[in-house]
Amino acid sequence: MTAPTSLGKPEPEATKAEPVLSVRNLVKHFPVRSRGLVRRKIGDVHAVCDVSFDLNERETLGLVGESGCGKTTTGRVLLNLVKATSGQVMYQGKDLTKMSASDMRPLRRDLQIVFQDPFASLDPRMTINEIVAEPLRIHGQYGSSEKGRGQVRELLRTVGLNPEHGNRYAHEFSGGQRQRIGIARALALRPKVLVLDEPVSALDVSIQAGVINLLEDLQAELGLSYLFISHDLSVIRHIADRVAVMYLGRIVETAPVEQLFRTAAHPYTQALISAIPLPDPQKERTRKRILLTGDVPSPVNPPSGCRFRSRCPKFANELSEGERQKCVNEVPALVDRGEGHRSACHYAEAMKLI
Amino acid sequence: MTESTDITLDRSGAAPKSDVVLEVDNLTVEFPTDDGAVQAVRGVSYQLRRGDALGIVGESGSGKSVTSLAVLGLLPKTARVKGSVKLLGEELIGKPEKEYAKLRGNKLAMIFQDPLTSLNPVYTVGYQIAEAILAHHDVSKKAARDRAIDLLKTVGIPFPEQRVDNYPHEMSGGMRQRVVIAIAMANDPDVIIADEPTTALDVTVQAQVLEALEAARNETGAAMVLITHDLGVIAGHADRICVMYAGKLVEKGSIDDVFYRPRMPYSLGLLGSLPRLDESGKDRLTPIVGSPPSLLNLPPGCPFTPRCPLAQDVCEQEEPGLYPTGDPEHVAACHFHERLVGVSSSDLFRPISVDTEDLTAADLAPVDLEGQK
Repeated sequence: MTAPTSLGKPEPEATKAEPVLSVRNLVKHFPVRSRGLVRRKIGDVHAVCDVSFDLNERETLGLVGESGCGKTTTGRVLLNLVKATSGQVMYQGKDLTKMSASDMRPLRRDLQIVFQDPFASLDPRMTINEIVAEPLRIHGQYGSSEKGRGQVRELLRTVGLNPEHGNRYAHEFSGGQRQRIGIARALALRPKVLVLDEPVSALDVSIQAGVINLLEDLQAELGLSYLFISHDLSVIRHIADRVAVMYLGRIVETAPVEQLFRTAAHPYTQALISAIPLPDPQKERTRKRILLTGDVPSPVNPPSGCRFRSRCPKFANELSEGERQKCVNEVPALVDRGEGHRSACHYAEAMKLI
Repeated sequence: MTESTDITLDRSGAAPKSDVVLEVDNLTVEFPTDDGAVQAVRGVSYQLRRGDALGIVGESGSGKSVTSLAVLGLLPKTARVKGSVKLLGEELIGKPEKEYAKLRGNKLAMIFQDPLTSLNPVYTVGYQIAEAILAHHDVSKKAARDRAIDLLKTVGIPFPEQRVDNYPHEMSGGMRQRVVIAIAMANDPDVIIADEPTTALDVTVQAQVLEALEAARNETGAAMVLITHDLGVIAGHADRICVMYAGKLVEKGSIDDVFYRPRMPYSLGLLGSLPRLDESGKDRLTPIVGSPPSLLNLPPGCPFTPRCPLAQDVCEQEEPGLYPTGDPEHVAACHFHERLVGVSSSDLFRPISVDTEDLTAADLAPVDLEGQK
C-alpha cells in the first residue's frame, strides 16, 4: 500500500547507505475472545496496521503517539518478542518475523531493548553485576570470571555508574541509576540496534536530562541505531533524527525532525504539537492551540478510511461533503511531499505551530 | 466540534481584588518513622488571592502534594502538622474533623491525579456530582441532578443529559477527570486545589482537561493551586509560581520572573534540563547532578548544596531564607541569588552524562561565574 522508500537523512552521505533494519507492511492483530468456556474469537484489536519504515545506521528514529497507538507493540514485534500477524522485518537479509526463538537467539546480540519502567525491568533478587552479566553468560561471552567481571565493570563505567556499586541490588539505586543499569544490560552484547521504549518517561526532568545525554554519547561512541519510542514530543525533538507519528496503529506522518516540527502537514501531528505545553509563559499564552474533541476510537473497530477522521478538525470544519467522502472511503497513503516528508492525509497542508 | 482557541489568559477581570482567600504560614509536616521523623514539609508559606492561580512545581518527593493534603486536612493521623492555614481568615489547623468536612468540597475543593481512584465505581457520575451538592446544600434531588447536568456541560462533556447516568468505567480518562472537575466546582468553592490533574492523561486529552479547568475557574471565580511537575502546564495556567525542593519553597514569584529571571540555582537547573519543543538546537541538556536528599535527618544548611554548582562553605552551614530579589514579590532561597542575574543554565550546569554519585572532584568544582562572563 505505502511504497516504502528509504527516507533521506539530512546528511547527504547517509542517503545511499543500506538501512540496518527495514520494516515492511507490519501488521499485528490481537484476538478478542468471548467469555465462557469456548472463548470464540469475536474480533481483533488492530494494534499495528501496515507499518513500514527504515532505520539507518547511527540514526535515531523517534516513534511517537499517544497511549494505545501501537508504538510499544511495534517495538516488540520488531524484535520478534511478539509474533507479527503479517509483514516483514528485514535485518541483514533475514526476515525476523519468520524466525523461531532459537534462530533468533544469535541475532538478539545485535538487537536489544531498554524498557520503560526501571523498577519492573530489573530482577530485585540479583545484584547489578549479575544483571549486567546475564546476557554475557547466556551468549557464552562471559569467559573466565576475571574477564567477565572486567567486562561488567567496563559496562557500568560506560553508562556512568560506579563499578564499585556492582554488588548492590536494584532497590538501592534511584530511578535514573536503574535506567542506566537497564542500558548497561542492553549494551552488554555490543548490539547494533537498540529499541528504547519510553526510556526516560518515568524519570524526573533533572535526572532525565542526564540519561538523554548518556544515550546521545553512547550512540556517537558505539555507532548505535536507536528506535526511540516516546509519547513526549519535546524529548523526541531533542534526540531524534527522523520522526514517525503513529495514530491508532498507523504511521500518519514521517519526516526529518526539523521538518516535522516546522511544517507538520497531518492534522493529527499539528494537534499533537500544539497540545504540548511550552515551558515559556509568553509563547505558551499567545500561541494558537488546536483542541481535538473526543478520544481515540477503539482499535477493535477503527473508523473506515482515514482513522483520524472522527477527531479531525479539518474533516469537521473545513472540508465539503464531497471531500469528506474521500476520508470515509479511502485509506490515505503515506505520500512523499519532498525531502522525505511523508504524510497520510488526503488534504495535508503544512502549518507552522511553534 | 473542534475549536481553535487562542489561549491568551486574560485575568484582568479577576486580579484587582487583592483579598487573600488562602493563607499558608510556616506550615511544617513531619511523619514519624522508626528511623526518625521525615520532614516532608519544612516551613511553607504562601498567600492565594481571589481569582489567583498559583502553580507549585517540584520533583517527586519535594513535598508539593503533602503541602496540599495538609491544607485540606487529609493527612493520616500520625502526621504532625504545625503552622497555620487560614481559609478566608479562619484557621484550619487543629479544626475538628466534623467542621473540616463542612469546608471540604464546599469552600475548598480538590482535584486529584487519578480520576479512576477518586471516583466511586459503583455510582453513576450524576449521582456523585449530586452527592457533592446535597452534602452542603438543602436542595431537592431533582435540582441537584439538573445542576449536575449543567456542570457536565460546563466542563465540556458532550450529551450531558445522557452522560449523567454513566458509570465512571463507561467514560474515558479525560472525561472522568472532567467529571472530577465538575464535582470540584459543584459548590462554587473559593479555592480549588488541583494536584497533578493531567499527569495521567495523553497530551491532546490534557489540553481538553486544562480547558475544562479554565472553564471551571471562570465559572466559579475560584482561586486555584495547581500542583504539577510539568513546567509547561504552569506556564500556561498559573499567574504565580512556587518552586519546591526538599520540603521548602526555594523560589516564589510571578510566572515571568521565575521563568525568565530565575534566581535560585535549582529553578535554573530545572529549566535547563528540559528538552524544548520550541527550540531546534541540538544543544546538550544540562542535568542537575545527584538526586534530592532524604528528608530523614536533613543536615543543616541548604539542602541543594550537594547538587549546586555555586555551593560554598556557607551553604553547608546555614540554610538560606527567602531573600527578596529585584522585585519584592519575587523571592529566592539562595545565598548567592545576586550572582544569578542574567546567568543562563548552561553557564552554571554542565552537559554531563555521567551519573552523579560517582563524580570526581573536578566534575563538581564550583563554577566561577565571574570568570566566565
